[in-house]
Amino acid sequence: MTSTPPEMTRLRGRAWLFGPDISTDMLSPGQYVHDPPEIRLRHVLEPARPEFASQVRPGDILVAGANFGCGSSRESAPQHLKDLGVALVVADSLARIFARNAIALGLPALSCPGVSATVHDHEVVEVDIVAGEVVVGEGRAHLRADRIPEQMLDVLSHGGIEPLLVALAARAR
Amino acid sequence: MTANARIERLAKDASGAAEPPEMTAAETVLARASGAARVEPGEYVVAKIDAMMMHDIFAADVLGMLERAGIERLHDPGRATVVFDHMVPAPSVAAAEHQAKARRLVRRYGIEAFFEIGRGICHQVMVEEGRVRPGDLVVGTDSHSTTYGALGAAGCGIGSSEMAYALATGELWFKVPETVLVALEGRLAPSVAAKDLVLFLVREIGSSEAQYRSIEHGGSGADSLSLAERMTIANMGVEMGAKFSLFPAAGAATARDGARYAATHHVDLSALSPQVAVPHHVENVVDVGEVAGLHLDQVFLGSCTNGRIEDLREAARILRGRRIASGLRMIVTPASSTVYRQAAEEGVLTELSAAGAIIEGPGCGPCFGGHLGLLAPGERCLGTHNRNFRGRMGSPEGEVYLGSPATAAASALAGVIADPRELAVSDTRQEVTR
Ligand code: SF4
Repeated sequence: MTSTPPEMTRLRGRAWLFGPDISTDMLSPGQYVHDPPEIRLRHVLEPARPEFASQVRPGDILVAGANFGCGSSRESAPQHLKDLGVALVVADSLARIFARNAIALGLPALSCPGVSATVHDHEVVEVDIVAGEVVVGEGRAHLRADRIPEQMLDVLSHGGIEPLLVALAARAR
Repeated sequence: MTANARIERLAKDASGAAEPPEMTAAETVLARASGAARVEPGEYVVAKIDAMMMHDIFAADVLGMLERAGIERLHDPGRATVVFDHMVPAPSVAAAEHQAKARRLVRRYGIEAFFEIGRGICHQVMVEEGRVRPGDLVVGTDSHSTTYGALGAAGCGIGSSEMAYALATGELWFKVPETVLVALEGRLAPSVAAKDLVLFLVREIGSSEAQYRSIEHGGSGADSLSLAERMTIANMGVEMGAKFSLFPAAGAATARDGARYAATHHVDLSALSPQVAVPHHVENVVDVGEVAGLHLDQVFLGSCTNGRIEDLREAARILRGRRIASGLRMIVTPASSTVYRQAAEEGVLTELSAAGAIIEGPGCGPCFGGHLGLLAPGERCLGTHNRNFRGRMGSPEGEVYLGSPATAAASALAGVIADPRELAVSDTRQEVTR
């Protein structure tokens, strides 16, 4: 079984609402790839919500429509969200490679059909990432997210693949 | 399935005994790789990876992460392959440094299957070198790893962290995908290519229906397609969002009678015409006639989609003894050193050069806008590669059209986008009047 610590399983934060088809190009614009990290972070999601990068606070939750993270396989897309302090992504649906990359970097990402139509911007959302329960606006609505498979929870509980590899390496010694 | 077994099954079905449906090609590979008798779509499995491929853009990141984490050795270095193909030969000091780091790590981790600059494009090299076998489960740090589906291997792209994990442990988790069946009938007409078929599929299926799903190519028409043609088709499966794009391995086809498919598309190969994807999305596919006559600045023949000997021969057939239009430049990038030498020996490179094309060394070249053939603002290119997103080949104000090698060659001659079938017609006319 997984060793997910309890504090990981329930996350509570302020929601930032986005529409459908948010691409990796919006998350990590190609034109800034050669710029230093602090510049790159300034432009995260700029085409969708220009104020996001400067106003997002650690622990905030990103709520989006269908096909979130579509586009290329760049890991910088979930990495940028993590670097900005986003605690969790919950979208109507997630693009395949983004979902995998997010978990690989220790950023929980859940698909929860209907979430973008239910949550209001900046409302409090509480998510149990193991049980897949989404509580909107202090109990105003309850939704069910797809469960994250056990293997991925194991990765998340370590904080991503790199820390998991560190643990593996330590065990091998 | 033998005739007897089929009759037995029909009899059982008729008697009402429910039997689970046969597995699709993707399910068959994932069941075998995860050691299960059968798997169901939607289920998560942990599967052993048969082959892992990295190219020069990500190899240093992946192996560097392993080193940082203190992983001393790979689970099985024999399963790993590293190919330098994207930024080759190094066009900048930064690229050279990046590659030097990767070379050191390749040695450190004992990866013997390392292919230096000039050997070719990763997916082509994997197949030529026998690094992928039918029925394998393959991952690559490149989204066009679906190409291995041509051999009946389930191949898909993954990120660098997941590749590091796969190298360290030999396994990775997968969600068993649903399967979309493409049932092919008939044969392609002259001057109509596998590229036209796959562009037509992108047009038909789009990029949402096959998301998370596996595409499986079947039907009598699939049997008529060569390995090169299958590679072109499987390659662009990812343009439809597919996880895998599979031609089931030989002998497996009948085993799938009765497999469940989430959707089925029937395509008559003989009814297809040359297709062109227009800016700035691969889904924007039209019949070549709709864009014929558009002025071109550049034609690109190459990439893992269409840089094989068959593609170069097809272009040479059209360009033989002629000159490309003045004011147009044509770039040819053979997919590998094997293709390069074969094309040299057959005289294909000489013919292409005599027609006015520049022949670049094997590699990705201009395909992803790295170097060796970028576009200026306002310039228009028709290429045989697989993506035409804004800025893919240089300036975001450039325009990229995608088509077959025959369409590329015919267009290079005309200086405008041209239908290769019309050229074929005028060829015959010339012969008749002569
Ligand atoms: S040829 Fe193009 S699509 Fe193929 S691997 Fe190289 S850059 Fe990617």
